[in-house]
Amino acid sequence: MSRIELRALSKRYGQNPALNQLDLTLEGQKIYGLLGRNGAGKTTLLNLLTAKLHPTEGTIAIDGEPVWENDAVLGRVFYMTEANLHPGSLRVREAFQWTAEFYPGFRTAYGEELARRFELDTSKRVKELSTGYSSIFKAILALASGASILLFDEPVLGLDANHREMLYREILANYIEEPKVVIISTHLIDEVADILEEVIIIDKGRVIRHQPVEELLESAYAVSGEASKVDQYIQGRNFLSEERLQNFKSVIVVGGAVDRALAKSLGLEIGRPELQKLFIALTNSNA
Amino acid sequence: MRLDFDSEQPIYIQLAEAIEDDILKGILPEETQVPSTTELSVMLKINPATARKGVNLLVDEGILYKKRGVGMFVARGALRRIKKKRRAEFYQSFVLPLLAEAQKLDVSMGELIEMIERGLPDEQD
Repeated sequence: MSRIELRALSKRYGQNPALNQLDLTLEGQKIYGLLGRNGAGKTTLLNLLTAKLHPTEGTIAIDGEPVWENDAVLGRVFYMTEANLHPGSLRVREAFQWTAEFYPGFRTAYGEELARRFELDTSKRVKELSTGYSSIFKAILALASGASILLFDEPVLGLDANHREMLYREILANYIEEPKVVIISTHLIDEVADILEEVIIIDKGRVIRHQPVEELLESAYAVSGEASKVDQYIQGRNFLSEERLQNFKSVIVVGGAVDRALAKSLGLEIGRPELQKLFIALTNSNA
Repeated sequence: MRLDFDSEQPIYIQLAEAIEDDILKGILPEETQVPSTTELSVMLKINPATARKGVNLLVDEGILYKKRGVGMFVARGALRRIKKKRRAEFYQSFVLPLLAEAQKLDVSMGELIEMIERGLPDEQD
């Protein structure tokens, strides 16, 4: 069982609210996408969830237990941070042993196999790793940790296309073999869209959407064509964003069924929005 | 098997259609085992729940069937069933868009029929 519950969670840095009365419940072993613009509060949320920060207000519980100063709970969570938390002089191999101390379920053989596949030299010192290899190193620690909750903050930072693909596949294979909670926080929405089951969009310190990806995509559609005809179609409908190029216009409509007959009579095209476009529209309109 | 991620269709429907295509092309003959949802998920980089949904769609239509403890197989008669279904959609999915495009480009009916005839020999090799 895996249940993460955040209640009325706020975090302020001085006067600046990073999270503002945020409520979120994650239930079940799924791959979640945590999406938000820069400064939306994604990293603050992950830091609170792993008790690296103390909330200003509110509660955080994993499987019903508060996380603060709770090693038993925190030992079930592995957090791959963007920041490097290992001493630079540590060798990769030593970091494996070090992680195994904190995570009794750490699978050393699997970690070494992943290092071979990603061509990560385990005799190197952590500080000698390039940005890309530093990401690979931290991702391998997460995958091999044996933790039941894996948090990835920008896991593919600095990775080339081949390694990004390998890593997404490995996250999937790892999750399927041993179902767990996986939360991926990233800006590369298009790349992760299809591997996610649920998406959490946060904006200005609050959750503005939390639902299955497929359901979110089905809740909206794009209408495009001649501007005046598009305007006619969206009359009285709830729409998010519009893109205009001279006489051409494309709009994302939210909610309600598609009126195919009307669209056809106006010569408009109806399309399925990509997650990234929908994300941009949702986080723009809240400005 | 490939998915077109730019398509307007949800991913699980695209997956079901990609499996059907492989059956039509003989890549997956009847009574052979199809890749597991795990393999499909990892290979196509899609969530396993999505892969399961796509495969289950074909199970419901009697195109695939489950052998307990072994995996998923192409049902006998799957080819015929897929062809029947696709033929029913052929007019909507192919003929109407073809006519719409032809109209946009002022291609006459005569020209269109000539083009179809020109394409035929290659189709039948």
